Amino acid sequence: MDKAKGNVLVFTVAVGGAAGDGIKEGGLHLAELGQRLGCFVYLSTEYPSLIRGGHNFARVTYSEDIVHADHSSLDAVIAINAESALLHKHELKSDAVVFVDQPYAEQLKELPQRVVSLPMSSAVKEAGAPHAAGPSVGVGAYCYLSGLSRDEAEAMFRAIFEDILGGAQMNIALALRGYDTAKESGLAPRVALRVEGACAHTGILLEGNKAVGMGFLSAGLEYYFGYPMTPSSSLLHFLAKEAAKREKGGLKVIHPEDEITVINMALGVAYAGKRVAIGTATGGFALMQEAFSFAGISEVPLAIMVSQRQGPATGAATRTAQGDLRFVISSGHGEFPRIVIAPGDPEEAHTAGRIALMLAWKFQTPAIVLLDKQLSENFQTSVIGENTVTPASYKTYSGGEYSRFRFTDDGVSPLAFPGTAGAKVKATSYEHDEFGIAADDPEVVRKMQEKRWKKMEGIRADARKEETVKVYGDAGAETAVVFWGSTKGPVLEAAKIFGAPLRLVQVLWMEPFPEEEVTKALSGAKRIIDVEANHNAQFAGLLREKTGIVCDEKILKYDARPFDPATLAEDIRSKLSPS
Amino acid sequence: MSLELASYAKINWCPGCPNNQILVAFRKAVTELCTAGTLREENIVAGAGIGCHAKILDYLNMNTFNALHGRALPAIEGMKAANPSLTVVAFSGDGDSYSEGLSHLVHAAQRNSDINVFIHDNQIFALTTGQATATSPRGFKGLTRPTGSIEEPIDPLRLMMTSGATFVARTYAGEIEKTKEIMKAALLHKGMSFVDIAQPCITFFDTRDFYKEHITWLPSDHDVTNQDAAYHATKRNDDKVPMGIFYRVERPTFEEQL
Repeated sequence: MDKAKGNVLVFTVAVGGAAGDGIKEGGLHLAELGQRLGCFVYLSTEYPSLIRGGHNFARVTYSEDIVHADHSSLDAVIAINAESALLHKHELKSDAVVFVDQPYAEQLKELPQRVVSLPMSSAVKEAGAPHAAGPSVGVGAYCYLSGLSRDEAEAMFRAIFEDILGGAQMNIALALRGYDTAKESGLAPRVALRVEGACAHTGILLEGNKAVGMGFLSAGLEYYFGYPMTPSSSLLHFLAKEAAKREKGGLKVIHPEDEITVINMALGVAYAGKRVAIGTATGGFALMQEAFSFAGISEVPLAIMVSQRQGPATGAATRTAQGDLRFVISSGHGEFPRIVIAPGDPEEAHTAGRIALMLAWKFQTPAIVLLDKQLSENFQTSVIGENTVTPASYKTYSGGEYSRFRFTDDGVSPLAFPGTAGAKVKATSYEHDEFGIAADDPEVVRKMQEKRWKKMEGIRADARKEETVKVYGDAGAETAVVFWGSTKGPVLEAAKIFGAPLRLVQVLWMEPFPEEEVTKALSGAKRIIDVEANHNAQFAGLLREKTGIVCDEKILKYDARPFDPATLAEDIRSKLSPS
Repeated sequence: MSLELASYAKINWCPGCPNNQILVAFRKAVTELCTAGTLREENIVAGAGIGCHAKILDYLNMNTFNALHGRALPAIEGMKAANPSLTVVAFSGDGDSYSEGLSHLVHAAQRNSDINVFIHDNQIFALTTGQATATSPRGFKGLTRPTGSIEEPIDPLRLMMTSGATFVARTYAGEIEKTKEIMKAALLHKGMSFVDIAQPCITFFDTRDFYKEHITWLPSDHDVTNQDAAYHATKRNDDKVPMGIFYRVERPTFEEQL
């Protein structure tokens, strides 16, 4: 355990094994354990792009205080094979406990830490359980280490495993086997965090993609299109499941032949008057560029979730990066207004999803929620408001002669949809006149461009009502750390470890850029440190372009892995100490 | 009942371009179906991609969606999914749907999406002044291979049948009445309707004389429900180009199962 900020205990446990060993599920079960202990939890998963073999790793950090990111130093490891412990041996605390499947225990005898051999594979075989249930034995053993009594542990297992269809009893038995084996090994239990019955009090376990989906739904999403691509797929899967739960006529989710079809179908849906969103990874978004531009010229309301992964091209396909900020804010050929919000955690992702769909319809232009693998797929204890739906509203046609692109004071033309008697509804990729007929007359072209950009004034006014910039820590501190997106988590955790006062400035809106709010948040700072997960300090460049503010120092990470809080705290310290 | 289907836009196809004949056939088909009360004009959406064919939308005073090059199909599929009471049409060209956006044709047919696709097949990229498309004959001398095309043309009708389209027809732009009747049958067919419209490009690839001599209409006893017969009827050994409705069957549509 770590003690950060006084006496708050922080625990980090990892499950490691090959793809197919049930590592993510093991991590989710540990995360749920943390929640049910009444703690705040952060769960990260790391995996290579393959289905069998390789090294999969899930890591859970939990504490009585909010946890914004998981930590690298481990209190315990549940290792399905020897490699899973050896690959992380430098992260093991000296008093860490390594639970390993019995056949591999011999290979770990050189480790100075306590190694406890568990009958993971044999118990699973005896019980006739699927191979991927192995980590459940380890979860049981970890409950013993956490100081739960056998009765408390059994109640915990019932709660944790109740969702496993047809497998609850089997997993409970496997976990109890792990509990008993750990106890028989003579291992001493550690101090327990409080157990408060079988329900979580801190919030729900939520990952960024699902949070965006819930945000879309809260704004009245009716159609969703997606094509599988890490790290965006779990949003498609979540909404497909939601659609399956509903009656016909509710949410429809479609997975067509490619990303180009995804966005072009969505354009047709919005034209026909239904609230639609799409989601993709940055590679998929690259394929969508031409149609994204169509949404701009034809003023189509479209909400888009874009999740960054390491690049260029296929890159390190299942790993994280913040290398596409410049690409996304500049995406689509030609100039047109768009909204780009980059949330930093699942709660902000939920808000961003709702705002994106709302504003897309209000201003009839595309709105993007920009995530990355780290935020898309990692789980965090989150509190989101009531599950109410307020459908995105729009300026409606109220009869009379209809021109789809009529000039108005705010640049927003009333919307009518096909099927409306008396209204001929035109949409077009060509520059056009007010009615929607192709036009390249210089006067018409200039006026149409100005009409579309007039909408940006309204978007800016609405943005001011939202949290475009957030300041944490000591708002008056002379040293400011500026960051965006998922880097929020490691920065806030690093600040807990850092000790000295820091002004922590998170920028959430990338387009339109909140120049005034950022300038105010950074005013008086003597030293500004930029932290982001890319090579070229894309955000620092944007900040300079928009405000003239120059970051004094940059901490950049581009190895396709997220920042580790402890290492980041050290990096900040070294930037501040005179060399 | 008279419909005002002509817009204020000035027609700027080449004088005498058979696109005008396709426009007339479509306006007639819509007028007749709406006058008969079979369709409602406000429930029809005409889409198009990019190419000479797409200008047709500006000349139609109705709901239109001028998509990107090759992307008219997914756009109208989206509309149909969003509002099944719409009748959706994509005008497209051989460059637009046999070259750029071919995959959408195959997958719309696979899904049996309840859409109508009318291809202005002039066997050439005309708006970009003369390059070979996927249906240009081998040896065609276009701007990008002045020595002549080295690729065999595809057979879009056969491709559509094997992909799952449930209405497959070919007509000739110059035969306005016949084209109108085929368009009407397509619009009323539930499922993916595909119509290849043989269309001379009088400026860059004038095939008017060829078609005058080679068109032959399917015999009245042609069995439109027999896919094997339909498949073999698309080509003949005597250089004649068969026209008519080759294939028409019923199968559940994508949208009604969605």
